[in-house]
Amino acid sequence: MHLSETTSSGFFYLAPWLVFAPLTGLLINLIFGKLFKFSERTVGIVASLASGAAFVVAVLLAYSVSLNPEGMSIPFAQWIHVGTLQIDWTFRVDSLSATMMLVVSGVGTLIHIYAIGYMHEDVRFKKEEGRFTRFFIFLNLFIAAMMILVSGDSYMMLFVGWEGVGLCSFLLIGFWYEMDTLARPSWANSNAAKKAFITNRVGDFGFLIAGFLMFWYLGNSFQFDKVFEAAKTAPPEIIVAITLFMLVGVAGKSAQIPLYIWLPDAMAGPTPVSALIHAATMVTAGVYLVTRSAPLYTLVPQAQYIVAMTGAVTALFAATIAVGQYDIKKVLAYSTISQLGFMVAAVGMGAYTAGMFHLITHAFFKALLFLSAGSVILGLERGHHHLAHAHAHHDEKQKGKKKEGKKDDHGHDEHGEVFDPGDMRNMGGLRKTMPVTFWLYIIGTLALAGIFPFAGFWSKDEILLDAAKLYPTVYWLLAIAAFFTAFYMGRQIWMVFFGEARHEAAAHAEESPKVMTVPLMVLAALSILGGALNLPYIHTLGHWLEHTVELVEHEAQVAPWLEQSLGGLNIYVALISTVAALLAIFISWLIYGRNPLKTGQVDPLKKPLGFIFTGMENKWFVDEGYFAVIINPFKKLSQFIADVIDWRFWHDFVHDTVILGTYNWLSEIALNDYADQKGIDAFANWLGTATQSVSATLRKVQNGFVRSYALSVMLGVVLILGYLIFK
Amino acid sequence: MVHVDYYVILSAILFTIGALGVLVRRNPLIIFMSIELMLNAGNLAFVAFGRSHELLGTPNFNPFSGQIFVFFVIAVAAAEVAVGLALIVEIFKTKKNINIDEMNSLKG
Repeated sequence: MHLSETTSSGFFYLAPWLVFAPLTGLLINLIFGKLFKFSERTVGIVASLASGAAFVVAVLLAYSVSLNPEGMSIPFAQWIHVGTLQIDWTFRVDSLSATMMLVVSGVGTLIHIYAIGYMHEDVRFKKEEGRFTRFFIFLNLFIAAMMILVSGDSYMMLFVGWEGVGLCSFLLIGFWYEMDTLARPSWANSNAAKKAFITNRVGDFGFLIAGFLMFWYLGNSFQFDKVFEAAKTAPPEIIVAITLFMLVGVAGKSAQIPLYIWLPDAMAGPTPVSALIHAATMVTAGVYLVTRSAPLYTLVPQAQYIVAMTGAVTALFAATIAVGQYDIKKVLAYSTISQLGFMVAAVGMGAYTAGMFHLITHAFFKALLFLSAGSVILGLERGHHHLAHAHAHHDEKQKGKKKEGKKDDHGHDEHGEVFDPGDMRNMGGLRKTMPVTFWLYIIGTLALAGIFPFAGFWSKDEILLDAAKLYPTVYWLLAIAAFFTAFYMGRQIWMVFFGEARHEAAAHAEESPKVMTVPLMVLAALSILGGALNLPYIHTLGHWLEHTVELVEHEAQVAPWLEQSLGGLNIYVALISTVAALLAIFISWLIYGRNPLKTGQVDPLKKPLGFIFTGMENKWFVDEGYFAVIINPFKKLSQFIADVIDWRFWHDFVHDTVILGTYNWLSEIALNDYADQKGIDAFANWLGTATQSVSATLRKVQNGFVRSYALSVMLGVVLILGYLIFK
Repeated sequence: MVHVDYYVILSAILFTIGALGVLVRRNPLIIFMSIELMLNAGNLAFVAFGRSHELLGTPNFNPFSGQIFVFFVIAVAAAEVAVGLALIVEIFKTKKNINIDEMNSLKG
């Protein structure tokens, strides 16, 4: 390679290390962790360094992209070469993938560090300290898979990463597979993991169909550029089919209607997992996929509209459910679904910059919120543990007995009821006991609610503005969703941090250690400053992405009030959403802040809203609906197939009656009686008797008299001689 | 000079007598004698044909070939008798009897 080429290609050659850095960390922990008895500290440091190395690589790559805005494809290895089909492991580093790499590895590294502190306590509460290393192995594997996803140069490689992160998601949701979130023996966590995996299978099925169609109709290739080139001349109905099947995959991975149901259950995983996989990175893979496939979506506005509507409806629907949840993580889970709806709506509309912008800021503040929620949960656990110990000291004798049932002395309060540290009804007044977490949570909440000048304000407003210009329906759906967002976050803040402690554990809650709070502070800083990425007038991110994502301006009739622009910021849209958010927070104060919840009190919204609140509380009975419409009929059908078709028809009738009966008849009657006894046996017997009778005749010749033998010889000689003489 | 036919006829008569002796008699010693008779019938034929070919002047014919065959036959016969007599003595030792009809333990 010439020197000039080396300098112009910058650090692009480092791209494979995005994947290999976390893989190295994983292998070190996997191979040497047990061998050299790594301490928790070592394991955590190795894993964090591996993830941090990926972040450094991502920074270097981003720097290279800033020098070469068009990006670069880095061939790494051959994969499938059959005839004309050529699929390679090729890394694609351009502004879009570099953005994703930075988000994934950056937020990922912070969460790795946080997880050292979190898992240290979690494995002790769950009494399974040996599982600490496994957690970090899975986390590193996730980073590697996510890097394959975002850096692939073809849909094939993207799909490998797509499935890889799905696997990691499954493994980490079911991390405490033999217990539920309260450490009671149960299969709840593994069921949640299965639910996530199977629901994603449905989505992946759609993605696969899209891939097949793409391969068949768009140039027999999975490579992005070739597919996009071929798409320009392909019939639009094919593109519509491809994009809509791809939307099924997006709905699965990014938790959109109708496949979002797995995400709330995925909260069964440890909180760092919820933050990393189920809020900040993996679930945004669908948004990335749509952005990456922008050239396809841009060709078919009708598909774009469907994508945008899916996102908008999801955003509002999930936001309403979040209002009725009591579990601190469930609220955030539905909030994540709702925010993903914002992103999907944005990229669906073709507002790719806005979608990616919101993806980044959301990764910051939602990771912050989840990790703070984890801090709150652990704080309560600590408080509860403290109490349990105090009680245990109180009567020393009982403790000796309780040692057998390890899980009994934890997770139960003094009345023998199960204490749920994630239930907001058990919290209250935490701002005094956990001040750092409180302030961090406030920052995350303001960012999520979209209050000026936090990161969420800028990104959400950009989406709202684009929606207002393009699809008014989407705009109104999203605006109402934004109102609900501010409301449920306000409700959460008042319930968790204000008022009086509604449980002894909350009163005794303790602040989290530095290893957890410092990464949170970094995330908080990013949540405050994240908006600077794409400020009005400057549009850093927009200019950054425009080299990769072709931004097509839609021709749309825009109302005059929308045309006023302050460098891309419409003052009315911004005002409407800010006022709505502030109003929502004020209402939430009226309901939850002014008169704080008392212990055992019903949610004050339940009375005025009645059945609507019951619906929100029960997730609008969607799970029940799926059970009634799909799962139970499916089970019945399986039961029917198993009992009637397989067992009674296939086993009892076909196998036992028809095949076995025929076989018996054949073997007993046809073969045994006729063929065997009367055919083969008879022939064999006849051979025996025939030989016997022939030999009985012949033995008479061997009479033992030498003379008779001599006579035979003579007669033989006479015969032969006679023949020779008289012939 | 006597014609060769007479020798051959005599030889045939001797052979037939010998063969009949082997088939009919039961005493192994007599059977041996009969065998000797047959062998000597053969010898007579050899010598007769040898002399006749010599007189006829058959080309490349060795005049002693008949006599040479006879010597071989006599030698073989002597060996045969030696073996046979030894066998008979052994049979007599075990069976106290040398009746040929009782030596039939190999019958089928």
